[in-house]
Amino acid sequence: MNPSAGTGAKCEVLFTVNGETKKVLAYPMERLLDVLRNELELTGTKEGCGEGECGSCSVLLDGMLVNSCLVPVGQAKGASIVTIEGLSSHASMHPVREAFLECGGAQCGICTPGMILAAVHLLEKKPEPTLADIREGLAGNLCRCTGYMQIFDAVAWAARRRVAQ
Amino acid sequence: MRADPAEYSLVSPGNLQAVLSLLAGEPARWLPIAGGTDVMVLYSAGKLPNQNLINIWNIPELRQIEVFPDRIRIGAACTYTALREHEIVSREFPLLATAASWTGGIANQNRGTLGGNIANASPAADSLPPLLVYDAEVTLISVRGERRLAYRDFHTGYKKTALAVDELIRDISLPRRFAGYFSHARKVGARNAQAISKVCLAGLAQIAGGMIRDLRLAMGSVAPVPLRLKDTERMLTGKKIDASLIETARKAAVNEIRPIDDIRSTARYRAAVAGNLVAEFLEKLAAAGMDA
Repeated sequence: MNPSAGTGAKCEVLFTVNGETKKVLAYPMERLLDVLRNELELTGTKEGCGEGECGSCSVLLDGMLVNSCLVPVGQAKGASIVTIEGLSSHASMHPVREAFLECGGAQCGICTPGMILAAVHLLEKKPEPTLADIREGLAGNLCRCTGYMQIFDAVAWAARRRVAQ
Repeated sequence: MRADPAEYSLVSPGNLQAVLSLLAGEPARWLPIAGGTDVMVLYSAGKLPNQNLINIWNIPELRQIEVFPDRIRIGAACTYTALREHEIVSREFPLLATAASWTGGIANQNRGTLGGNIANASPAADSLPPLLVYDAEVTLISVRGERRLAYRDFHTGYKKTALAVDELIRDISLPRRFAGYFSHARKVGARNAQAISKVCLAGLAQIAGGMIRDLRLAMGSVAPVPLRLKDTERMLTGKKIDASLIETARKAAVNEIRPIDDIRSTARYRAAVAGNLVAEFLEKLAAAGMDA
């Protein structure tokens, strides 16, 4: 097969999204962000800047926090993806979501899904983060409403809750 | 104008030989893409010159960090996160681990690669001055074979490199002989995360008998390419650090750089900061007083 025959052709992408196997037909250079929103109707993942600066489109790709606006879907074949919707499929509310609610960590809500995924990723790597760890873990996620303090409080709250449990 | 994905192709050969064959067959046609943190930004803005991309994110040999007694070899598609989390990189090459921690935010560090940073060839890249002071060597590979090149010879001009159109950067090799050096890295930018540096510095030095025995300084965003400050280094070698030497070094550094005005800063500000960073480096070195 001529590998360059892909120009202008859609390809089949088989991957796991929020624990479910999904198959979509997409151009390989379509952004993962667009496939999630438009094909799978997972509109919790937001587009802010579209150039990897703001973190609104953060998702977990094979457990790694990524900006889905910078991932061509052709690179996500076979991957396991978690979006903000994947954190609500549990019977009880995800502790990080609960923390944002408890601490007033959300205002307009555009950055919130990305913030929560960045926080989940941080707590996976550092279950007991310092304030400096929290600031660094969320440094790629911009919020224009809250001034960040309530968000940092929420992550610290979630960490304490997780450790206590 | 946003790019139309229907006009682009992305192939995933999945192994290095197949990637190199494609590049050799129609070299100007293809653009390799690893983590996409630079390529996808241009693509989304409709400014990517190539319409045909080759996925090199899934090539295992490009993702390895191999440790040998005398050097470490970093696969070109190793991410900033992989560099930060690697024990030997953190311990023996702290300038590189620190620069990796400044690059983008965590999501970009999980995708951005050292080889991508080199190939993108921005004079503002934070991870490139450390490669200069650590005497890095790059391995360039194509179907014609592989060649090793001192990293200092890689950048030939603004965004111009020694990489041939059919070549790929395979790895970056660092000699393990700087672990005993004093090292200091500093970035000046609007903020550490996400913001691109106005000026950054990577420095290494060894003191013997109260004198500077070996000193290596490199800076980003002060010239068309990441710059090693050879004249300043030469002037300082063999000297004892005191206030007058620091002032002389500050002037030597300002003379040696070629900063410009752009959206992030001005030439005048950059020159002042570059001088200050060299002075700060020497003050910290004197305070550390590391005698080998």
